Amino acid sequence: MLHEIKPEQHPPLGQEMADAISTCVHCGFCLAACPTYKELGQEADSPRGRIVLMKEVLEGNLELESALPHIDPCLGCLACEPACPSGVPYRDLISPFRAQSESKRQRSLSQRLTRWMTQFTLPYPKRFRLAAKTGKLAKPLSFLLPRSMRVMLDLLPPRLPKQQDWKENYPAIGNQRARVALLTGCAQSVLDPDINTATIEVLNRNGVEVVVPKNQGCCGALSWHVGNLPQARQFASQNVHAFPEDVDAIVTNAAGCGSGMHEYHLILKGTADEAKAESFRHRVQDVASFLMQLGDLKTPPDLGRTRRIAYHDACHLANAQGVRAEPRNLLRMIPGVELREINDAHLCCGSAGTYNIDQPEIAASLGKQKASNVIATAAEVVATGNIGCMTQLSNHLTKQESGIQVQHTMQVLRDAYLASETE
Amino acid sequence: MEPLDSLASIYPESRFSRDAAFQAAFESDGLTVFRAKPRAVVIPESAEEVIQTIRWCHEHAVPFVARGSGTSLSGGSLPVADGIVIALNRLNRILKIDPVERIAVVEPGVVNQHVSDAAASEGLYYAPDPSSQSICTIGGNLAFNSGGAHCLKYGMTSNHVIGCKAVLATGEVVTMGGESLETVGPDFTGLFVGSEGLFGVAIEITLRLLPKPEQFHTVLVGYDSLQAAGDAVSAVIDSGLLPGALEIMDALSIEAAEAAVACGYPPGAAAVLIVELEGPREKIEQERQQLDEILTSTEPFAQRVAVDEADRLFIWKGRKSAFSAVGRLSPDFLVQDGVVPRSRLGEALVRIQQLSAEANIRVANVFHAGDGNLHPLIMFDGSQPGALHRAEELAAKLSRLCIEMGGSITGEHGVGMEKRDFLPEMFDEPTIRMMHRIREAMDPKVIANPGKMFPGKEAPALSKVGLHPLEKAGVISRE
Ligand SMILES: Cc1cc2nc3c(=O)[nH]c(=O)nc-3n(C[C@H](O)[C@H](O)[C@H](O)COP(=O)(O)OP(=O)(O)OC[C@H]3O[C@@H](n4cnc5c(N)ncnc54)[C@H](O)[C@@H]3O)c2cc1C
Ligand code: SF4
Ligand code: SF4
Repeated sequence: MLHEIKPEQHPPLGQEMADAISTCVHCGFCLAACPTYKELGQEADSPRGRIVLMKEVLEGNLELESALPHIDPCLGCLACEPACPSGVPYRDLISPFRAQSESKRQRSLSQRLTRWMTQFTLPYPKRFRLAAKTGKLAKPLSFLLPRSMRVMLDLLPPRLPKQQDWKENYPAIGNQRARVALLTGCAQSVLDPDINTATIEVLNRNGVEVVVPKNQGCCGALSWHVGNLPQARQFASQNVHAFPEDVDAIVTNAAGCGSGMHEYHLILKGTADEAKAESFRHRVQDVASFLMQLGDLKTPPDLGRTRRIAYHDACHLANAQGVRAEPRNLLRMIPGVELREINDAHLCCGSAGTYNIDQPEIAASLGKQKASNVIATAAEVVATGNIGCMTQLSNHLTKQESGIQVQHTMQVLRDAYLASETE
Repeated sequence: MEPLDSLASIYPESRFSRDAAFQAAFESDGLTVFRAKPRAVVIPESAEEVIQTIRWCHEHAVPFVARGSGTSLSGGSLPVADGIVIALNRLNRILKIDPVERIAVVEPGVVNQHVSDAAASEGLYYAPDPSSQSICTIGGNLAFNSGGAHCLKYGMTSNHVIGCKAVLATGEVVTMGGESLETVGPDFTGLFVGSEGLFGVAIEITLRLLPKPEQFHTVLVGYDSLQAAGDAVSAVIDSGLLPGALEIMDALSIEAAEAAVACGYPPGAAAVLIVELEGPREKIEQERQQLDEILTSTEPFAQRVAVDEADRLFIWKGRKSAFSAVGRLSPDFLVQDGVVPRSRLGEALVRIQQLSAEANIRVANVFHAGDGNLHPLIMFDGSQPGALHRAEELAAKLSRLCIEMGGSITGEHGVGMEKRDFLPEMFDEPTIRMMHRIREAMDPKVIANPGKMFPGKEAPALSKVGLHPLEKAGVISRE
């Protein structure tokens, strides 16, 4: 699409944004994949519409405030990317656009408060733990709070698991075949630390040594995807220095974190860490993809019973990192597993980072549809690769009184390995 | 009260907009060189709202443009500056699927593919399959009489729309055709199909469904030259076989599709031909042998048969993403849609290559070879001064070429904004006068999608190249 954007007027990512817009041919193929277009049924809330709106803002032909009501509902799920035959890198447009508009926009007091709350607590495990506990106490008073904050409280689990710390090193079991560094994640390590434990167990059992760098911080994805560039930069910079060079991969087990780390070159563009970020991002790999690439994996024991497992594609794994087949193949490796596909699999579950908090109506509608589609598979377990999706799925499955258990792919696999030892 | 306020009162606030964001989002269709800002956008959720809107437009003599998914490639759904855009996407209910009568009754905003999805459980499908079928609407298909790869065997949209309820531009609601193929009097439905939104808005459309073919036999054939692929098409047709589809892509479009969806077409091919036979199992078993022999005699350098349904869809995916995929090779391009007599296909291809070389402009070619419908994609970089101008000059030459060869300026994408100047070159004066009279019978005030199709008085002729008078007046713009 033709445009009159002057990239140099929009540093540091003006060129990336302009290039993404140039690649769009306005064909509309992406509309079919976009959850918000499906929900809202209007051009301005479709990927193609958003691209035009961002173009107009960047050209100076449209007020930012006019575009935001349509940009804000974008989930950042990137379903529009694989749907686009022209190869528009939508991610190169949306996150930089959000980052640059953040300083220019006006937010209401309650919006600012909610934003501050999430960004001050979520990326920091200690603060988040504390806030989560306080939040639970505050639940009875939640009717006094603005809607977005009530939603936030609703998302907190009734009980927080015990706090857990990880050692710096977990040696491979048996013959060592590889060595990786693990990102433990922030919200995930508070809400469900067992995901990391399971990941380490699975890797170890397959001959992979796992190191857990002490100085690592939040991946920064949350901040980046909501347009808080300074905070994202701080985290990204911390991490490119915290992770060692002498590992085969930097492994992530939360889709959102993985996709954020793949974008470090954008986050750190124009900073001293730019070059480091470029090589760093190529070493980041989701655990499922790493395992499948490693190959020759240990087969869990055959317990002689079938298990129906539905697999839910986390957007930031499937769309952002192209990891679709690997987790499915891992699950299929478990003897007796019958893998079920979920209808409308390409539709986001509505979790999308803090989307639940920022756009509660759409999030709730998508969550409800996803839960119904999961229930329709008649699976016993739904597996996925992202903590945000897990929380969203559990909430909506519970709302629909379903007993389907939600697990991380690594938890399913770990349980399968351990099964023989407990029976 | 400002007249627009009375239109606004038909809608809840969220579905009537004069907001700058809506004006921007709706300013183009699939041909972005044209842009125009509508005065307002309305998003009806019921036929009744459409009717009221058009009555309002008629009363106040305000132009309107119906819009489906805005995938038109000829400027058909380009807004009329200062007019109303009626976005029909929420009128997306499938009202009825009748497996006995084999029909579907749908609202105009239903996406083409969704009709087949909904009919699948009955073993039925909707045959016309434009490459944009995953998103384009039945209303848009009807207005443009859209085609697709499989229209070779089954005919275009007009062969599949058997009835239609529409609001004419006068605000009158009329019913044409019905649920049966036999109609009384002239084929009024047929007249409405392909009218490019100039008569009014279709609000309920009755479609014919077909039983899903029992078996497909899909072959992907690679050739050393475009000419050889063209000759193969003639060989297949001359043999008496009637494949469901016969499609050719040239080297540039193969390159683009490969980059987009890694469709695994034979590397190094100057052209690929996709032939698909479909029908009852026994018949296909017989026909495939015949096809094999014909294809072997055309000396292809590579050949592959789809092994299963997934593989078949995979082969088609390359073809169906070709247009947009060319966006990977060039920042901008014009999609052309000419028709030449099938027997002169090879000749036309050579001429196009010559014209492309003379102009020093790359042209990719994708086409429905079976019915001589060419889609040259003229590539240019709009950020270079004069590039669009040169691309348009070449486009004009290609259109003339089609007319000279006894073909047509449009096969399926419509005349719209882009091709309207060529209409007088294709039809003589009495014919054009008749067209105007018919149009005026439906739309006496000329408010339904005015300025499209005819180089008429309501919008002066688009100069083939250079500034359009409306552009000079600042009413429309293209960049
Ligand atoms: C990548 C790509 C591939 C394509 N491939 C093909 C192809 O293979 N074959 C083909 O034929 N076309 C193709 N097209 C063109 C386009 O998809 C078709 O013309 C399609 O029918 C347009 O549908 P739409 O819903 O997008 O309509 P729009 O673009 O929104 O509108 C098209 C026209 O229909 C009118 N209209 C819309 N709804 C109504 C209604 N309810 N009543 C009256 N008038 C109405 C509009 O005013 C406009 O004039 C392709 C386009 C793209 C971008
Ligand atoms: S599919 Fe790609 S090229 Fe087409 S409109 Fe969407 S983003 Fe643009
Ligand atoms: S990222 Fe998701 S919600 Fe946003 S435009 Fe793309 S498909 Fe739609």
